[in-house]
Amino acid sequence: MTPAERCILAIGALAWAIASTLLVALAAEIPLNERKSGYEFMGPETRAMQDDDSANPGSLWVLDGEASWKRKVGTANKSCADCHAGESMKGVAARYPAFNAARGRPVNLDQQINICRTERQQATPLPLEGKELLALSSYVGRQSRGMPIAVTIDERTRPFLEAGRATFYRRQGQLNFACAQCHDDNWKEKLAGAPITQAHPTGYPLYRLEWQNVGSLQRRLRNCISGMRVDNYPLGAPELVDLELFLMWRARSMPLETPAVRP
Amino acid sequence: MMTDDDMMTDDEATRRQFMIGAASLAGGLVTVLPVTEARATPETMQAAIKKVVGSAPLRKGKVALHLPPLVENGNSVSMDIAVESPMTADNYVRAIHVFNEKNPQSNVISIRLGPPAGQAKVATRMRLADSQRIMAIAEMNDGSFWSDEVDVIVTIAACLEDPV
Amino acid sequence: MARTLINVPPKAKKGEVIAIKTLISHEMETGYRHDNVGKAIPRDIISLFVCTYNGLEVFRAELFPAIAANPFISFYTVATASGTFEFKWTGDNGFSATESVNITVE
Repeated sequence: MTPAERCILAIGALAWAIASTLLVALAAEIPLNERKSGYEFMGPETRAMQDDDSANPGSLWVLDGEASWKRKVGTANKSCADCHAGESMKGVAARYPAFNAARGRPVNLDQQINICRTERQQATPLPLEGKELLALSSYVGRQSRGMPIAVTIDERTRPFLEAGRATFYRRQGQLNFACAQCHDDNWKEKLAGAPITQAHPTGYPLYRLEWQNVGSLQRRLRNCISGMRVDNYPLGAPELVDLELFLMWRARSMPLETPAVRP
Repeated sequence: MMTDDDMMTDDEATRRQFMIGAASLAGGLVTVLPVTEARATPETMQAAIKKVVGSAPLRKGKVALHLPPLVENGNSVSMDIAVESPMTADNYVRAIHVFNEKNPQSNVISIRLGPPAGQAKVATRMRLADSQRIMAIAEMNDGSFWSDEVDVIVTIAACLEDPV
Repeated sequence: MARTLINVPPKAKKGEVIAIKTLISHEMETGYRHDNVGKAIPRDIISLFVCTYNGLEVFRAELFPAIAANPFISFYTVATASGTFEFKWTGDNGFSATESVNITVE
């Protein structure tokens, strides 16, 4: 290598080092080993409510979901248990949203349950955010409790991951906020007395004290989005599923706590 | 029912709407507060307590009331009550009553017990409308009353939700 | 019937003080809320919870609107003999739910 070439290489390396440092400083992504579940931001009493299955209100939905799982429905007169006989749902909730080949895009667990209902059970789809669908996803989610979140990112799902990522980092709405500004940059702080968490979906569907009800991740996202004064997406919107995929990927390997309890 | 809105002039109503709009632009919290008619006060709480205790003295002690000092959400607050008592046939807790200061109504729960309980310990979850004082009163079989009280600070969620 | 979840130890020694935890699905509408056009939402709560053990009442609670949704109540009782715990919740609009759980006491 000539001295000139070595010089150019050195300057290039220095420029790259500066640029990547700047990028890291700007992005302020939470390092993987500093991630904390919303559980860690709660007081001991609320944590106790989650930890004790006999005290966790989400358990009521899990029980309802178990009953739904066994119930024959639709013109096919099949229950979930009939098709999934002897097959554990362990690990299933931890890998959703997952790619659906027929639709050419990822679907979340609620959508998958409805796909099963319409295509396998020949039944009507359950209303999104309705009690029965939440009970079923609570029951399925409960089977993955303790398992690491593990959505698959490959050439099929990557574009949707990137779409979700773009939404997370984009400034939007009347307040010109990006999700990242609270949840990447300011998670140690408080918003009007409530701790700002890192926004990892580690326990959905979960019993939120504010709702006095079990709700899905999409309900929570819509809650935040309207709080940010951004035009909201309807339940089931692909933008929300992309964001779910990104958030689950961002929370990869964190254990699932379904059904969690949150304030 | 006539509200303050009805009494406002057109100018004032427009200004109020502008302020709400400006507040939301500024990122402030716009809350539509529930219209509450009756609200418990320290006086109504005392009246409710008097109904239970009558003219007997209300002593502090024997009762341990636990609530989180800082409540994350007033919709559901864990409450534990334990009363020192052997719970034998001649020395037991007959009832436990809980009162609050600022919910629309002063009573929270009234519990009847007896020697079959073995332990006078109860847990439940209550609603708290605001930061306030909660009092638990234990009624013993000999007609004596013992109490404990806790001051609680209640926070609310930062963002309210549009209807689902 | 409303969904319930009861935790009673399946076995206990005679004389042992055991913890019982109960959870029931219910909105516990306080009657103090108004909808977004100002109309009052009527009260609809569970107002009474009673537990009997082999026919003997061992716990009774009168609930007021200040009790949170999906009421959780836990209490203690002395295990005396094998048999059955009966739990009964009653409330507004004719609400009623019952549950029974067996226990073996040695």
